[in-house]
Amino acid sequence: MKILYGMQQPDEGTITVGGEQVVFHNPGDAIARGIGMVHQHFMLADNLTVLENVVLGAEKLHGIGGKARARIKEISDAYGLNVRPDVLTEELGVADRQRVEILKVLYRGARTLILDEPTAVLVPQEVDALFDNLRELKAEGLTVIFISHKLGEVLSVADEITVIRRGTTVGTVEPRGTTPKQLAELMVGSELPTPETQESTVTDVPMLELKGLHLAQTDLDGVERIILDQIGLTIHKGEVLGIAGVEGNGQSELVEAIMGMRQPDAGSVTLDGTDISRVATRHRREAGIGYIPEDRHRHGLLLEAPLWENRVLGHVTEKPNSRGGLLDIKAARTDTERIVEAYDVRTPGIDVTAGSLSGGNQQKLIVGREMSHDPKLLIAAHPTRGVDVGAQAAIWDYIREARREGLAVLLISADLDELIGLSDTLRVMYRGRLVADADPATITPEELGSAMTGAASGHLEHTEDDA
Amino acid sequence: MKKLTSRIDKERLLLGIAAPLLAIVAALVVTALVILATGKNPGPAFSDMLTYGFASDSQVYILNKATTYYLSGVAVAVGFRMNLFNIGVDGQYRIAAFFAAVLGGALTVPGWLAIPMIIICAMATGALWAGIAGVLKVTRGVSEVIATIMLNAIATAVIGYLLQPGKLGELQQGGTLVSTKPLPESSYFFTIDTGPAGVLDGFIVVAVLVGLAYWFILGRTRFGFDLRTVGQSESAASASGVSVKKMVATSMIISGAVAGLIGMPTLLNESHQYDNSFPVGIGFTGIAIALLGRNNPIGIALGALLWGFLERTTNHLEFQGYDKEILGVIEGVIVLCVVIAYEVVRRYGLKRQQQRVGAELAAQAAAPTKKQEVA
Repeated sequence: MKILYGMQQPDEGTITVGGEQVVFHNPGDAIARGIGMVHQHFMLADNLTVLENVVLGAEKLHGIGGKARARIKEISDAYGLNVRPDVLTEELGVADRQRVEILKVLYRGARTLILDEPTAVLVPQEVDALFDNLRELKAEGLTVIFISHKLGEVLSVADEITVIRRGTTVGTVEPRGTTPKQLAELMVGSELPTPETQESTVTDVPMLELKGLHLAQTDLDGVERIILDQIGLTIHKGEVLGIAGVEGNGQSELVEAIMGMRQPDAGSVTLDGTDISRVATRHRREAGIGYIPEDRHRHGLLLEAPLWENRVLGHVTEKPNSRGGLLDIKAARTDTERIVEAYDVRTPGIDVTAGSLSGGNQQKLIVGREMSHDPKLLIAAHPTRGVDVGAQAAIWDYIREARREGLAVLLISADLDELIGLSDTLRVMYRGRLVADADPATITPEELGSAMTGAASGHLEHTEDDA
Repeated sequence: MKKLTSRIDKERLLLGIAAPLLAIVAALVVTALVILATGKNPGPAFSDMLTYGFASDSQVYILNKATTYYLSGVAVAVGFRMNLFNIGVDGQYRIAAFFAAVLGGALTVPGWLAIPMIIICAMATGALWAGIAGVLKVTRGVSEVIATIMLNAIATAVIGYLLQPGKLGELQQGGTLVSTKPLPESSYFFTIDTGPAGVLDGFIVVAVLVGLAYWFILGRTRFGFDLRTVGQSESAASASGVSVKKMVATSMIISGAVAGLIGMPTLLNESHQYDNSFPVGIGFTGIAIALLGRNNPIGIALGALLWGFLERTTNHLEFQGYDKEILGVIEGVIVLCVVIAYEVVRRYGLKRQQQRVGAELAAQAAAPTKKQEVA
């Protein structure tokens, strides 16, 4: 993908676009050849209008005024993108932003679109709308490369599917006549993992109790925005509590409040019967909170430090990493070897930097590290995001195993199948509030999705005619 | 597996040495060009630098200079490891030396008691002065760069005001020089007499100890780990439970305390008083040396020695008919080249490691049949 967009050079092999063999030295070359990329993380400036975002860096094409606006309108109408050029980007929702990203690429004359995990942040209804857009693009003769971990989506939108595992093509299949199971087996190379938990292990001993957690923030315009609104929940020993919600509805802040990285305005956090509302992050960790952060690069790892230092990160005061005030480098290294072995972290050694591992292996290292300190509560925020299917299955296994041993888990995920499959209890978060709850045994992703957009609240019941 | 790991390490070491070497060679080339441009021949200049630089009296001079520079380099490096740019080491050491000199002049206790008191006073003053910038950054979000630059200017003004006859200064040498009250001879730090080559400052021992402490605290203690974590990623540090604000303030204070030591070799071994001729600008030299030494305790030592060598030898060049400003050119070019070379080498190293790891894993994946046979 990076090679195709000119961000990295291949050691060997060729790229052919429109029958012509090409070499890309940088993204500019790729754009010139009509290849455009929509990144997983949007690259838009919030304080600019849609028009300004689209012309940014491409001012030479149609200027920045009326001509550009006309061209944007033209593209938007041609592909049914419904983009309003003069709206500020910060006022747009995720789905709208994604359409702006697509328009940005088309504006630069792309004939081949690369979409990297475009549905990760969308609710099911928005995914359908996106697929309609993609079909429109296809009808106009454009080529779309759709990269996704979600098999159902790939099957429904693609004309041809190529499965890549560990850097090599393992097969190309037609979506017709292929079941998700077959596809998944191609991806994993073995039996298909499902995120289903077996018998319930929920006990009635509360492990984490949140009461009336409230957080407000005043933004630059002086408007007070409520980020967390009277959040209250209880997770018992052996229970996985899943929180569904479109990103940016307060999930990150909730996690940071529990971790002590952010001080809420009101409310209390009780872990295993002890009030930890005023306790520093380090002591909360020592008290038994394991933390798999949503952004492992920002919060979970030191990318330029070797693996063994990353094993120490977050647990520097605990055994085996230190004794007294001194680091126990030898013990930490030995334990890193153990984690690498036990959690199948694929690395040539523990002295390589964390940044040189693949996302899945970085995540396995983090999971291994957090599990190595006998946590009482595990906060798992998007634990399998950007992780290959094999590692995903392994991470699910670790969570299930820990749950059997009486761990309480707070699971936050955008992957609704993962949430429904792993959780014992489900809550839906919308605009800083827990608006709905559901039983994962009966609920469908679509029903959850409607609550995530605020369309439904209260206790969600599965209705047969709905499905 | 073991093999690859050691290979990566060896490579890393090689890359680490390559950068400063590259920078110094580039600096020599540029310097040669500059000398040529002034219409002189660079060849004899370089050979004179070599012969003169390695004369025994030069060696003692260089070691003495390097002692001061080393302390300055470490003071700056403490900040650098935290991603803090303590540009105020200069003001910190001067105000520290000044108050230490005042205290030393006033003390009448025996030397074994006076010397530690003077040193502690210097460290405390330096820490306090740097701490102001640290507190401002933590509580008000003031950039430490701006705050410490301002504090440099304030330090100059404070010293200038207090160093007057009738305040904390007194007239010396028949009224031509104002200084603090000279230290009693009992408060002189020990020196090592090397015969005709000159006298070696005993404070070099303290500098070595500071280097050892720096290495040990950063590399071997929990505190050092926390400090390095904040330097590498503030977000990861706060998620891991380090209080970033506390760490910023603490490391600023440590940096200032080490800065307080910079003036001590001069005060305790050489001048024994603070006057207008007390060396200035060593804090800025420390920045260059910390950069050159990659914040590594041994690297900083080599950088400090190089700086001492350059200073000694370019001074001598003046007598050979060259311009002594050549010193500034060499130093400037080295720093510039070092910054560029490190970034280039760092990026290259990271990329190369990524490729190696990828290659190694691909090789492992390509040979699974073998493993199965064994199992």
